[in-house]
Amino acid sequence: MATTLRKPPAAVRAGSGKPAADGSRRFALLLLSPTFLVLALVVGYPVLAGFRESLYAKAEGLTPDGFVKEGSEFVGLENYTALFSGDRGDAFLNAFWNTTFFTIATVVLETVIGIGLALIMHQALRGRAVIRAGVLVPWAVPTAMSGLLWRWIFQPDGIANAILGRQILWTADGFQSKVAVIIAEVWKTSPFIGLLVLAGLQVIPREVYEAASVDGASALQKFWRITLPLVKPALIVAVLFRLMDSLRMFDLPYVLIGGHKESVETLSMLAWNEAGNLRYGVGTAYATVLFLYIAVIAYVFVKVLGADVIGTARENRKAGK
Amino acid sequence: MRLTPLVGAVAGLALVLTACGGGSDDEKKPAETKAVALEGRGPITFVTGKDTSGNLQKQIDAWNAGHPNETAKVIELSDKADEQRNSMIQNAQAKSDAYTVLNLDVVWTAEFAANRWIAELPEADLGVDKLLKPTVETGKYFNKLYALPADSDAGLLYYRKDLLTKAGITEAPKTWKDLFAACDTIKAKVAEAKDAGCYGGQFDKYEGLTVNASEAINAGGGQVVDGATGKPNVNTPEAKAGLDVLVNAFKDGHITKKAITYTEELGRADFQAGNLLFHRQWPYQYALAQDKKSSKVVGKFDVAPLPGVNGLGVSTLGGHNFAISEFAKNKATAVDFLKYMTSPEVEKANALVIGKAPSVAALYDDPEVVAKFPYMPALKTAIENAQGRPKAVKYGDVTTAIQEAAYGALTGKTTTDQALSDLQNKLVTLTAQ
Repeated sequence: MATTLRKPPAAVRAGSGKPAADGSRRFALLLLSPTFLVLALVVGYPVLAGFRESLYAKAEGLTPDGFVKEGSEFVGLENYTALFSGDRGDAFLNAFWNTTFFTIATVVLETVIGIGLALIMHQALRGRAVIRAGVLVPWAVPTAMSGLLWRWIFQPDGIANAILGRQILWTADGFQSKVAVIIAEVWKTSPFIGLLVLAGLQVIPREVYEAASVDGASALQKFWRITLPLVKPALIVAVLFRLMDSLRMFDLPYVLIGGHKESVETLSMLAWNEAGNLRYGVGTAYATVLFLYIAVIAYVFVKVLGADVIGTARENRKAGK
Repeated sequence: MRLTPLVGAVAGLALVLTACGGGSDDEKKPAETKAVALEGRGPITFVTGKDTSGNLQKQIDAWNAGHPNETAKVIELSDKADEQRNSMIQNAQAKSDAYTVLNLDVVWTAEFAANRWIAELPEADLGVDKLLKPTVETGKYFNKLYALPADSDAGLLYYRKDLLTKAGITEAPKTWKDLFAACDTIKAKVAEAKDAGCYGGQFDKYEGLTVNASEAINAGGGQVVDGATGKPNVNTPEAKAGLDVLVNAFKDGHITKKAITYTEELGRADFQAGNLLFHRQWPYQYALAQDKKSSKVVGKFDVAPLPGVNGLGVSTLGGHNFAISEFAKNKATAVDFLKYMTSPEVEKANALVIGKAPSVAALYDDPEVVAKFPYMPALKTAIENAQGRPKAVKYGDVTTAIQEAAYGALTGKTTTDQALSDLQNKLVTLTAQ
């Protein structure tokens, strides 16, 4: 961004800032164009190609000698309107609620537990390094692996039932399978929030707490009035990442509970099923809707809570001027 | 500064649209690809799921030694059937010649043949007479042979012979009624069996449930899809009688509640721990349940054909077929390779080393094979009477629909009547041409 800030000599000579600013803009654009090109190729093209795919449907039916008809036809928004009626509508709505429910439940729990973890890690004096490394282990385990691990724990004769002393069929379709997914997901991702919050905690100056102590603030007051507000920027970014991640949830319910089970079917799983049955149009329609849903949630989140994802850079720039 | 991203985005958009415009030509393919004779000789590839036996490479080495100019290379895919299918479909959609011979699950034949991903085979040339007839049927689509059976599989009834004898029952039950009665007798008379589950199968919501539900429906004299016409015919009193056996067994506790989570392996764990009296399972369990290290039922069990409603039941057919990719080079070599892999010698070695059920009929009576695997004659009967799963181009949707109906009925979420009538409607839509 340095180019835009430093006034080029041409501007001084011309006496008027405007045309020269245009020139420098054009120069900046030129310098940045490779970046835009790469972005267009790796982000723009897949998104648009996916959207285009979602407007087509595979030809239906067989020829008299049993072969499938070739090619696909343009069906406009039919793949989208079909999401709101009939069997596919039921599946979509169910998956939509599951996705939303999982996201809300897991992110709330992860945030609470994550902050708790961060506070412990921040306080722990002895064995600090060991605790931090230990907390990170669940996050380091690949999701599919942790799915298998929890599937083993949640077997009818598994550890979970042995501890609870009753036989709950965790992996059968039903509310209990939702609980199983939430437990496994929270176990895996709380450390992520914990670590980001810990980073936020470490930059809070000690003097603030000392001043509060002098004023006679209780531990709880310190937490609500000092810790939370000061750690908020880091926390919000962490939560935003988790929101976007859990809206895309696929592998954990798929491995832990299994496909085609209504109680844990998410939008990603629906898209995957459709693509697996060669209906790429319908699959990408699901994926596009999910993409928009995530975009809306992220936008609202950023607007309402003011997540400062790129804000620090903007701040620096203002200071530079 | 504000303007810059916009300009970039517009430029990017223009680029993308040009790229899209170029892509749409792909759909205008020639409508009819002419059937080509299987020609060409040279190196080939053999694409299969993960080989856990270690025996495959030996067989390939033997082939390569005899065919130095037409060597075969093994391409191992995932150990999961879904992922194998995905890889093969991707290869076919790219029309790549990387895959020559494909090792297909029996239920994929229709989809692969209908999409012209595999070539029609010269049936007369392949000696299919020596193979078990039901296995050859699984390789056919519209009465043409597209895939050659390499191994087969059928469900067997594993039962605790020791406990039956203790309860004074001399032979394995042939009907469901006998089975549940035998179970009650054993539980009443034999103290050690008091807490054991009566019957188990594969009832979790996956392909195993399709197999078990189809078997139950067939055992009642019904069918999911009419074998002769290919039309769905599952909303019948016979089908209901069959599926109701499982539904009622879940209700009255003859099948334990946790069996709704049973896959092959979970059920096997319970059978080997001595917690199941009767177990519907594939042949692979036999050798494992005879292993002293992990099994508590060594020498205590035997196998029999599956039970039915009136008389013996019907197994669903499993196994694998070899097919030749439409887009491969060296198809003539591939045909020879198929003949080699399905020859009695190779299949016998497979049977002896890893207990794979052969497709060659004579091997089931081979003294050496029977000595090692005493269940082979029972398995032959099971396969000869077995029913294939529906030959549907949209098999993925068909099996999901069957699982949906069966799972709903078994868990009591829907009535059997409702489940079967819903299933009939779905199948009619899915198999409409």
